[in-house]
Amino acid sequence: MSQRVQVLVGTKKGAFIIESDTARRTWTTRGPFCDLWPIHHFIRTSDGTLFAGGGNPWYGATVFRSADDGSTWTQSSRGIDYGADGPKMRSIWHVAQTNGTLYVGAEPAGLFRSDDSGQTWLHVAGLREHPSQPEWEPGAGGLILHSIVPHPTDAERLWIAISAAGTFETTDGGQTWATRNKGVRADFIPGPTPEFGHCVHKLKLNPAEPDTLYQQNHCGVYRSDDGGREWVDLSPGLPSEFGFPLQIHPHDPSTIYVIPHAGPEDGRQMVEGHAQVFRSRDRGESWQPLDKGLPHQNAYLTVLREAMAADSLDRAGIYFGTSAGHLFASSDEGDSWQMIADYLPSIWSVEVAVVDD
Amino acid sequence: MVTVHLPRSLVTLFADPPPRRVEIDASTLGDMIAALDQRWPGMHERLCDPGPRLREHINVFVDGERERDLGAALAAGVTVHVIPAVAGG
Repeated sequence: MSQRVQVLVGTKKGAFIIESDTARRTWTTRGPFCDLWPIHHFIRTSDGTLFAGGGNPWYGATVFRSADDGSTWTQSSRGIDYGADGPKMRSIWHVAQTNGTLYVGAEPAGLFRSDDSGQTWLHVAGLREHPSQPEWEPGAGGLILHSIVPHPTDAERLWIAISAAGTFETTDGGQTWATRNKGVRADFIPGPTPEFGHCVHKLKLNPAEPDTLYQQNHCGVYRSDDGGREWVDLSPGLPSEFGFPLQIHPHDPSTIYVIPHAGPEDGRQMVEGHAQVFRSRDRGESWQPLDKGLPHQNAYLTVLREAMAADSLDRAGIYFGTSAGHLFASSDEGDSWQMIADYLPSIWSVEVAVVDD
Repeated sequence: MVTVHLPRSLVTLFADPPPRRVEIDASTLGDMIAALDQRWPGMHERLCDPGPRLREHINVFVDGERERDLGAALAAGVTVHVIPAVAGG
């Protein structure tokens, strides 16, 4: 059986598929898909179905679906709303699968689930019933639920992150939620560190270590070893504590990748125009810059929260896309990089699947 | 029957796309959208917010006159244009 590597790219104007064989040397591009809608996240589920979430100013938020590898598409947002008296739905920001259930995160922040492969959706209302909800404040990208992290074996347990409300955990399938922000700074809120209001940019875990969570935050990079109850700051050693995406190595939960950016008041792009990925092999205790094959000067690129991913091959491939439409890939765990697509619309998300043909 | 003209950016969202010009049996604007949704499920969500009310950037013209009230009566034989508002980026 042959395999191909499929990089799924969501952009400001449509979704694209960039593919290679497992050598990952030459790449072809298909697309645009999803009728050129703004796509915040584009995934392939375990059964091979493609889902892309986004929204446009005319027709609202929706989730696109293709069961034939992108040849034909449908879309549905039936059930993705807050009712006639609630806020107007703007966009889908994240799509996640766990067992037979799909979840999406929305703007304004909320969580929805589908048990029929995206045909209809149900509001997980318990999250917006959290007493902190009236005080949730939007980040620069809006009030968005951008990270959905299912526990790999406990279907009742789920973490989500909202900019800028913070991390929340449910252990009862979404009926009740608890804040999980202890130890995380919120420098933009004067006074003692609050219980919520944190600006998480990306939250992830490796299923091999389900109690270990990592997050890139507006105010640092953090790890939790107890399911989010306490966080430790991993920022020392990085050129900036600010950045958007974070990726965990698919086979080694101790190895993580971040892309530090100049701070929120300094442009939010590659530090000093030098494109670098930082890798830690020791759970964020120390960091190594990776820039072989990346531009070293005049590269004022931004890599957004959803725009870094890893494949599952050995050695793992690492991928990131820029707001200027470049897609970079490494087939040696970040040691060296090549640009595998250019001139795409502004890239908002990158995911990778290894597909059996 | 009323004649409905639909925009390209709407019809291409459906796997079995409606024609750009379709004849519908409807007596109000809301009935017209409900009939479209019955034939092409999901049409309602693309045209309406909860309420329901027309989405902010969807314009509807009945025989050339702008109409936003989903309860507005449609006389037999009228022509309805559904047009996305001029906006973009």
